[in-house]
Amino acid sequence: MKLTGAQILMEMLKQEGVDTIFGFPGGKVIDIYHELAKTDIKHILVRHEQGAIHAADGYARAGNRVGVCLVTSGPGATNTVTGIASAYMDSIPVVILTGQVPCHLIGNDAFQEVDIVGITRSCTKHNYLVKQTEDLARVVKEAFYLARSGRPGPVLIDIPQDVQQKEIVFKNPDNVNMRSYNPTYTPNMIQLKRAVQQLKKAKKPIIFSGGGVIRSNASEELTALAHTLHIPVTSSLMGLGSFPGTDPLWLGMLGMHGTYRANMSIHESDLIIAVGVRFDDRVTGKIDEFAPNAVIVHIDIDPTSIHKNIAVHTPVVGDCKITLGLLNTLIDQEDFTPVKENRKNWLEQIELWKQTSPFTYDQKNIIKPQYVIDKLYELTKGSAIITTEVGQNQMWAAQHYHFDHSGQFITSGGLGCMGFGLPAAIGAQVACPDRLVVDIAGDGSIQMNIQEIATAVQFNLPVKVVILNNQYLGMVRQWQELFYDKCYACTRMDHTPDFVKLAEAFGALGMKATQPEDVGPVLKEGLSSDKTVIMEFMVEQEESVYPMVPAGKAITEMLLA
Amino acid sequence: MEEKNKYILSILVDNEPGVLARVAGLFSGRGYNIESLCVAETTDPLVSRITMVTIGDTAIVEQIKKQLFKLINVIKVYDLTGTEYVQRELILIKVNAKPDHRAEILRIADIFRSKVVDVGPEHFTIEVTGSEEKLAAMLNLLKPIGIKEIARTGKIALARETK
Repeated sequence: MKLTGAQILMEMLKQEGVDTIFGFPGGKVIDIYHELAKTDIKHILVRHEQGAIHAADGYARAGNRVGVCLVTSGPGATNTVTGIASAYMDSIPVVILTGQVPCHLIGNDAFQEVDIVGITRSCTKHNYLVKQTEDLARVVKEAFYLARSGRPGPVLIDIPQDVQQKEIVFKNPDNVNMRSYNPTYTPNMIQLKRAVQQLKKAKKPIIFSGGGVIRSNASEELTALAHTLHIPVTSSLMGLGSFPGTDPLWLGMLGMHGTYRANMSIHESDLIIAVGVRFDDRVTGKIDEFAPNAVIVHIDIDPTSIHKNIAVHTPVVGDCKITLGLLNTLIDQEDFTPVKENRKNWLEQIELWKQTSPFTYDQKNIIKPQYVIDKLYELTKGSAIITTEVGQNQMWAAQHYHFDHSGQFITSGGLGCMGFGLPAAIGAQVACPDRLVVDIAGDGSIQMNIQEIATAVQFNLPVKVVILNNQYLGMVRQWQELFYDKCYACTRMDHTPDFVKLAEAFGALGMKATQPEDVGPVLKEGLSSDKTVIMEFMVEQEESVYPMVPAGKAITEMLLA
Repeated sequence: MEEKNKYILSILVDNEPGVLARVAGLFSGRGYNIESLCVAETTDPLVSRITMVTIGDTAIVEQIKKQLFKLINVIKVYDLTGTEYVQRELILIKVNAKPDHRAEILRIADIFRSKVVDVGPEHFTIEVTGSEEKLAAMLNLLKPIGIKEIARTGKIALARETK
């Protein structure tokens, strides 16, 4: 069977089970689009390529599968770079297809030519420039395999136009054969047995879970471990949802804006079971003073995560789900009764810490941003998929919405990329058409990709955007207040668009609340609409996120208010 | 602070365009040092060997090795440091050769078992291979005579077979 490169691409996408592509056409992908139009694959036409990559990211997270994004060469490709970097930092499986100028023009500074493989080398798990149509099928198969296996991540395929057009006899690559890539899924049992002995000795253990638990679907195993041995659990921002946020053993998030009890517990613990985390600086604070008395067991599929920031005692390289499953089996074979009886003091101590700074606020006559999220949590009964922008909105969302399930909280954790939330919500809504998807945004970050409201409206995606409008770039303002003598250099944004009218102009529903008593009704009406909705809440302008660990301080040195 | 040492790594990679850029980019992007670097195809045309000398403390070099291995095109990373291995470097030295010095230069070249590969009325170009110490010694001897320019390869190395 003779097929063109573009047809081969479609064939391979179908084989990989791709049903949706987020993209934006252009001169160097016309051939691909021409074939795409003949398939059943749904194409979501975004308004900016950054929207496409974030949407593919949100789709991957909410749907737990590989997200796909298709853009043209040059500016189309460079517009995806921020989103690729974000997906890379958060280990999200996405495949990015970029058009490229024909092979004979590569290197000639041709119109809309850019060396996207060179540009994205350091922010993709791997990338390819396909120079022969004969290689295309194999490359696509490898790319999907790489994106989803091991530590997942974005993989980019750059396809020159002549490669798309050339017709060859199509040969289906049966399987992926890469001698240089063999992720370790099954852990070393000697290390795991050491961990069991350490768990037996521990009086003040704690589980610290991260995004890796979510990526490997290991929530069940993690929850079982915590319940069997009565071990309290904290998570990184990326780990929220990996352990039920309503469980009595849940401590809340760890780190810079973590709960008082989580930070104190980690500091005082004598054993940390760290699963699928990378000990990011936002979590550890001052490294030298992080968990001074703890033995650390670190489970992660990526060997480079281990010993990178923190020296650990028991490194375990393996898939979180498989490793925790084996750990649970080992624990079942041992007698842990005395250990569990010993746990009482530790849990009581944590209960005492719980009473310090439990995210309180005083809701008077100006709307508190935290109140909006608390109300949102109440009205959605904790069941919504929440995406966020980046900054205060993100931290309040993490603190005040309680996530019981993996994939329920979608945020740009590592890169901290403003403009992420709305397109990610669109992707999540496409992946989960029956779920309620809410983007919690600030007035600053929503404007970074606001154009995607048009996408949501065009494709009847009823995403809900909650804007906490404080007329500041709030997180930077907060730093300026605390550490830069209240000099609010360039963080005032006292002109924001009329979001209600803007929503209407896009064909969405726009609503606004200025008084605390409006918050409930606006949310109720907005959430129950079957349209795309923007709800704007005029909130306390100089409200700050607490607790806060100043940069470079130990995580016990929290500012509480 | 732990002391920084030199490490010699022998890295087998896919012989494909862009692989060297991935390796070099990893070092620049993460702030690691490359002291020298040598790349060439192995007997298997699909595989190249990169021999690299890097500097760092134990933790950094452990991280470098892991990060290298994480690159999809890296097949194997051998750390030769502290093991039995043979290493060589090659230098081409263009040295001033006025009549007064010609005999002495040739004598030095002979002692170091090097070869004169280009001769002119005012210069010799000498090819010399060996360990870092040997090459340093030869350069020291030639320096007073007047070295015009040198070109040197990075180190290449192979592990010794167990006897």
